[in-house]
Amino acid sequence: MAPETADVDLGEYKWGFHDEENPVIKIERGLNEDVIRQISAHKGEPKWMLDFRLDAYEIFLSKPMPNWGADLSGIDFDNIFYYLKPAESNARSWDDVPETIKNTFERLGIPEAERKFLAGVGAQYESEVIYHSLKKELEDQGILFLDTGQALLEHEDLFREHFASIIPSADNKFSALNSAVWSGGSFIYVPPGVRIEQPLQAYFRINAENMGQFERTLIIVDEGAYVHYVEGCTAPTYSSDSLHSAVVEILVKKGGRCRYTTIQNWSNNVYNLVTKRAVAEEDATMEWVDGNLGSKVTMKYPAVILKGERAHGEILSIAFAGEGQHQDAGGKVTHVAPNTTSVITSKSISKDGGRSSYRGLLRVNKDAEGSKSKVVCDALIIDPESRTDTYPYINIMADQVDIGHEATVSKLGEEQIYYLMSRGLSEAEASALIVAGFVEPITKELPLEYAVELNRLIQLQMEGSVG
Amino acid sequence: MPDLVIRNLHANITGTDTELLKGIDLQMSKGEIHAIMGPNGSGKSTLSHVLMGHPGYEVTEGEVLFEGQNLLDLAADQRSRAGLFLSFQYPFAVPGVTVANFIRMAVNAHRKGGPDGVDNPVRIPEFRKQIQEAMELLEIDKSMASRSLNDGFSGGEKKRFEILQMAMLQPKIAILDETDSGLDIDALRIVSDGINRLVGPNMGTLIITHYQRILDYVKPDQIHVLMDGRIVRSGGAELAHELETSGYADIAKEVVS
Repeated sequence: MAPETADVDLGEYKWGFHDEENPVIKIERGLNEDVIRQISAHKGEPKWMLDFRLDAYEIFLSKPMPNWGADLSGIDFDNIFYYLKPAESNARSWDDVPETIKNTFERLGIPEAERKFLAGVGAQYESEVIYHSLKKELEDQGILFLDTGQALLEHEDLFREHFASIIPSADNKFSALNSAVWSGGSFIYVPPGVRIEQPLQAYFRINAENMGQFERTLIIVDEGAYVHYVEGCTAPTYSSDSLHSAVVEILVKKGGRCRYTTIQNWSNNVYNLVTKRAVAEEDATMEWVDGNLGSKVTMKYPAVILKGERAHGEILSIAFAGEGQHQDAGGKVTHVAPNTTSVITSKSISKDGGRSSYRGLLRVNKDAEGSKSKVVCDALIIDPESRTDTYPYINIMADQVDIGHEATVSKLGEEQIYYLMSRGLSEAEASALIVAGFVEPITKELPLEYAVELNRLIQLQMEGSVG
Repeated sequence: MPDLVIRNLHANITGTDTELLKGIDLQMSKGEIHAIMGPNGSGKSTLSHVLMGHPGYEVTEGEVLFEGQNLLDLAADQRSRAGLFLSFQYPFAVPGVTVANFIRMAVNAHRKGGPDGVDNPVRIPEFRKQIQEAMELLEIDKSMASRSLNDGFSGGEKKRFEILQMAMLQPKIAILDETDSGLDIDALRIVSDGINRLVGPNMGTLIITHYQRILDYVKPDQIHVLMDGRIVRSGGAELAHELETSGYADIAKEVVS
């Protein structure tokens, strides 16, 4: 299937529009204890959660800003809105979603995708999930797919057992911030042996200026079960910045498999600082497929802890850094148990002065004998103004392990483009094709619909730069 | 007028005073086979890339007409769509893009034609049939179509795939730059058979070669000897054998004296 390109504006961010705001609740700018108490009260949470939030807030205040990665000096925590509730209830039918919000999601193609190929959909707008669905037959099999806030209220025991068990508040400054003000996100539980063949998707949309979105996702894949979860995100283009700081925790139990696919396409005024970590038990598989195209700054290193014997972790990451963007992305794998295996494949593209960094950590603990890991990171630089860096940290404490690391940097070559042009392709088609080929190891892992979308987004980015 | 007319063509390496072509004159038409022979560094590859529009060379003097149109005004992709083809001596690899997908894109770009062309992509079953026929002609295994273009190909495989692209794009004039180098004797026969099948009333070819070997299989109508950026002699097929026995040195002496 060829990507549709007919109605595409060249090089323009397509999702930069915004709706008029009509919130039910909008807490004043800035962060303090009172804001946190208000959020918790609106949600009618149990006291332990309020205590958890307040404790996390203290940790957030006590931790310095990370200074080892991208430049975060532009974030003004006092200028951000931490909670905005756009609509009264979490609808189960698109008909019940307020008109303007529904129109936005229709423009993003979500209801159509739901009809065509998804097993379930969550749609978050600002701080709250405003729509949620799961196919009836999946509900009947005991699968839970609901907004995380609702899960706290409806499945408190299961929730409390796992919440913050993989990423504690104190993990880093932004996980602490998320823990203090989290709202929305997806909660998924897949019972033993249940395999969901079609993906579940959540869509995250920021609409208001200076909005902070802090969703919290918790996925539990029980023994021998399988789920593919996909998230997409966009925001309007504003002159001042917004903040997206999510926390995603995943537990894959014995023999289970989870695949988590992200197509991040924030507008260029969003700081995207996300902590994602999964634990894979014996014979379990965890796969992160992480596409970062938008945002002003992204810092995101999906992690897998291979806790059980023969567990397998895979991280496929692609970053596209255009003008004014810094994509600091990569992956982290910790081999804890023996005979565990992992693969990290990272591809980055920098153009128009954009900067992409691969930052990875591979750690093999003392007991993880017989483990294997392969790290491949390839960078493609489109023009001399752009930049790429690689920071691969490798820490091996076990004997008898098999570790491979390869890194390449290539420049989009005039001669290679000329070769393709000599076959009749235009300069823009030629460079887009080279880039599409470069990221093919990632796109081939995506469901067709997302592969087409990713290629289309890349083509759009390339068209903006050539000619 | 012949389909391809080259008049007093001079070219430099872009941005320098280094002149590599020092006044080339050559004319040929569809249906004809011409060969350019010459020692290393005589400007053979430069000529092929200047004709195709390589950004690393700039034309300083002279003109090239292709079916009456000024070829030098066109970018490489436009030259291709106008019906010129170059089989590269060193084709580039494009990892992640399969041979079949790439050739289909190229075929569709040709069907679209010029900048105002109408999009009229080839139907996939029709394309598949065409490419399979062309692959059979060149004795290329079917499974190769789904490999990444030139990625990890041997030198000989790359050359066969250049000719495969030529067969699919059906140019009016094809320049074959050292297509015979890197081919063993069987591959040379297969590729030559392919070229002979494709050359006809609708296609001419300009074979650029260091050795006379390929000319035993593809019989040229005319041979031109290129030395130091100029064509110093032209003649019939017998010229190749003369070169083979006496070498370029004798001609060089002749030219100087």
